[in-house]
Amino acid sequence: MAKPTGEPLPFGAGDALAYAPAPESTEHVQLDERYGLFIDGAFKTPRSRRFFDTVNPATEQTLARVARANAADVNDAVNAARRAYERHWSPLKPAERGKYLYRIARVLQERAREFAVIESMDGGKPIRESRDVDVPLAAAHFFYYAGWADKLPYAFPGASPQPLGVAGQIIPWNFPLLMAAWKIAPALACGNTVVLKPAETTPLTALKLAELCRDIDLPPGVVNIVTGAGATGQALVAHSDVDKLAFTGSTAVGRDIQSALAGRRTRYTLELGGKAANIIFEDAAIDQAVEGIVNAIFFNQGHVCCAGSRLLVQESIAKDVLRKLKRRMQSLIVGDPLDKNTDIGAINSKAQLERIKAYLELGRADDLASFQTETSLPATGYWCAPTVFTGVAQSHRLAREEIFGPVLAVQTFRTPDEAVSLANNTPYGLSSGVWTDKGAKVFQISAQLRSGVVWANTFNKFDPTSPFGGYKESGVGREGGLHGLSAYLDVQDAAGRGRA
Amino acid sequence: MAKENSQRLAVAKTVKMFIGGAFPRTESGRVYKVNNRKGQLIANACRASRKDLREAVVAARGRAGAWQGISAYLRSQILYRMAEILEERRDTFIDARRALGDTPRSATRSVDRAIDDIVYYAGWCDKLTQVFGSVNPVASPHYNFSSLEPMGVVAALVGHGQGLKGLIDVVVPALAGGNTVVVLADEADPLTAILFAEVAHASDVPPGALNVLTGQVADVAPSMASHKDINALVHTLTDAAQAAECARLSAINIKRVIARDPARKGQMPSAYRVLDTVETKTTWHPIGV
Amino acid sequence: MIDLTTLEGADSSDKVRRLCAKARRLHAEMPGLPHVAAVCVYPQLVGVARDALADTGIHIASVATGFPSGQIERAHKLAETRRAVKAGADEIDMVISRGRFLAGDLRYVHDEIVAVKDACGDAHLKVILETGELGSLDQVRRASMLAMHAGADFIKTSTGKIQPAATLPVTLVMLEAIRDFEEKTGRQVGMKPAGGISKSKLALQYLVMVKETLGNRWLTPEWFRFGASSLANDVLMQLAKQETGAYQSADYFSRD
Repeated sequence: MAKPTGEPLPFGAGDALAYAPAPESTEHVQLDERYGLFIDGAFKTPRSRRFFDTVNPATEQTLARVARANAADVNDAVNAARRAYERHWSPLKPAERGKYLYRIARVLQERAREFAVIESMDGGKPIRESRDVDVPLAAAHFFYYAGWADKLPYAFPGASPQPLGVAGQIIPWNFPLLMAAWKIAPALACGNTVVLKPAETTPLTALKLAELCRDIDLPPGVVNIVTGAGATGQALVAHSDVDKLAFTGSTAVGRDIQSALAGRRTRYTLELGGKAANIIFEDAAIDQAVEGIVNAIFFNQGHVCCAGSRLLVQESIAKDVLRKLKRRMQSLIVGDPLDKNTDIGAINSKAQLERIKAYLELGRADDLASFQTETSLPATGYWCAPTVFTGVAQSHRLAREEIFGPVLAVQTFRTPDEAVSLANNTPYGLSSGVWTDKGAKVFQISAQLRSGVVWANTFNKFDPTSPFGGYKESGVGREGGLHGLSAYLDVQDAAGRGRA
Repeated sequence: MAKENSQRLAVAKTVKMFIGGAFPRTESGRVYKVNNRKGQLIANACRASRKDLREAVVAARGRAGAWQGISAYLRSQILYRMAEILEERRDTFIDARRALGDTPRSATRSVDRAIDDIVYYAGWCDKLTQVFGSVNPVASPHYNFSSLEPMGVVAALVGHGQGLKGLIDVVVPALAGGNTVVVLADEADPLTAILFAEVAHASDVPPGALNVLTGQVADVAPSMASHKDINALVHTLTDAAQAAECARLSAINIKRVIARDPARKGQMPSAYRVLDTVETKTTWHPIGV
Repeated sequence: MIDLTTLEGADSSDKVRRLCAKARRLHAEMPGLPHVAAVCVYPQLVGVARDALADTGIHIASVATGFPSGQIERAHKLAETRRAVKAGADEIDMVISRGRFLAGDLRYVHDEIVAVKDACGDAHLKVILETGELGSLDQVRRASMLAMHAGADFIKTSTGKIQPAATLPVTLVMLEAIRDFEEKTGRQVGMKPAGGISKSKLALQYLVMVKETLGNRWLTPEWFRFGASSLANDVLMQLAKQETGAYQSADYFSRD
């Protein structure tokens, strides 16, 4: 706020009318200096004896040291999960299973603030998003799937669904807690036990979730958390006693996993990359569309597999849309993730920032017109100002490859057919956006888009009841909703012809 | 080969493949001998090459939009029409099975079952999304629903000795799901597969929606699994090494691999087989004025 | 040897820019590929292409003379040609007046080509015969000779708007005309089949025909072009197939 001097307010001058910092307190956050592996209901020193730092990307300061699980550690975790599956979890009445999940949901709601703050500290996302999106949705996921535990036959008409056993789960760093919930909740509800590997750069909320599981008396071994980097994930994929592998991450790693599982009985679901087209027709509500464009690409610093990273805007309104977009972008606040005013937080890691910068260089090397918001970035930490490239061609790598950062590639189109053709001209197929005020057009276009999620006149909305997952190279299977259950069940048809 | 009697020389049928609605010979120019179970030669069949596969996939991709785009009701009627034509040609099919060495009883049973299975799947076309789609009660002011769409081009491999049943099991659910299909028939029984293709041809199945190749798994399967324009691979291979190789190569484009174990119990036609070949699409729209 | 082409009524500046980006670099995943010979657009979009292709060595071809039907006054045809050249086109793809040609008014057609050639200045002139409207191979031969005598630097089969467009027999007749014309006059004329050549395999057949009929001297972008929009992607897919052994999908290649 304005400085309390006796002089008249320098109205309109300087930063007098800028928002004052509104940082979320970190006082109530308790982090250990060091975290072991959560195996069989307790934190254990890793057999590897090795630990690594997890860093706050906004300050570059180490938050804690975390165990690096090796193959022997992973083996311990899988064995614990197997024992828990056989001794505790599968004999348990489904309704009781559900009650454990309800407990997790409730305590997560109780401790929401703490989880949100840690999420923002460890991953760099704005507190507004971790507070209003990540943590509430994670709790909602547990709450939603809790209710399914004793109702599974209703989800599979004519069939008798059976749990698979031990699920190995590998999750990314963009929504650490939420992805853990997406993986653990349906797996447990369906009667499986899990070994979850969080991302190397964001292990803390998963470890806090492990504490929570211990605190609510979840039977030991039902949830195991093994931290580490790629090698830990590989050990989990390679383990022969894993019945199901669920992975969220890049298409390249997903491809390796699919290949590694060839010839094994292990089932898998994959949530992989995307390069979503966000299509704005001339009959859209333009100001809402501009909000949608911002939300589509700048939500969570663009670290979103379903981000609307390609903007396809009808030529007749392109100038207006870009003008409004630039103006709107100027009001985006980039900075301290813990500040409640912040719209765009820190890039998750130094490595990711380098990757994004390489793409910005590519755009410049291709002489593409670009626009970047004028914002002062903090001196320490990893930051990237929101960036828009215009006049992009399909042949440009900016239009073909997943950048996973706040970088938007803009193209124009003239006809609906051209828009659909451009939108589908990609190996990916995770999500798309359509903006038009004409209902008939919404249905026409959304049916033609080859993607697992279509946001019409909205973008980047998520809900536990809503299935999520990709076509083509964006993945296999669905997570969320009724359809997300089949990822964790063996569905044997009992009512096929001749039996009903 | 064709039966002879004293009156006249029978006209033997050249067995060709079915690609894009036409019956071409194989590009490879090669054939293989088809023997019955007593080891007697009953025909020469085309030995498909990977180029035949390529042509079949082009045909299937070209037709994918149209086959997906017709109404589920119409697709249902076209599949039902296949059952009608198959019923009409029931004796031809039974003869073909017997020529292979089936007993009259088992030949009859397998053909009748094929007809009934097609009728079963025909009925699913316009019910699948109704039963397995959903309206999702999201906690925000949005209308949200999940509908089912075909994966696109589905390739299918029928394992050795699985004949007509194996063919129906992999092909018909995928067609019912709105996919276009390229199938490599059971190597041991290409004749029934081509008869089946002729049924499709006579049933208003659009050209390219179903393509039937004959030949050997080793010739075609690797190219099928690594083909980037094939969205899913359904197979009933019993050779573990072959199945593993297909699974490994399929990762090239995150191809969905649906391995069906023909030995597993409860191999009845099932809606879940159609579900194996469809994607769930979820659409959001805000509610409000 | 490919002229990347977009000739739609709905063409936009952005679409032409995208085409030009593709012309410069066909496929980012395959560095080191040569760029295409030319980009072929309508006169109104020549300026956009010129800006997008500055310093690349890629030629800018513009259709002119009332493309595709040619049914406008000669004065307009000449004016359009000059405008396109002025805007930056260094190749002009003109259409002949098929009506006059079929009516037997060869003098008119000849003089018109001469006049357009004059309007081209330094720009290369490709003369589109629109063989699909000429009715017979005899007429194709006659039109080819006429165009070459009138000063065509290239003769081109088709606009792509009329079926049949380029075919192998028609192209053979034109190639033989080029061969005979050179024997008689000593002047080498280029050939551009256009329309419907979208597969590498077919393109290869054309190339073999050129080699067999005219020889290697013609197998350069200076003397032979394909007018095509989707051939480039098929060539890319064949290259990728050769490299990886896997058949490709159009999803992996930019549709610009």
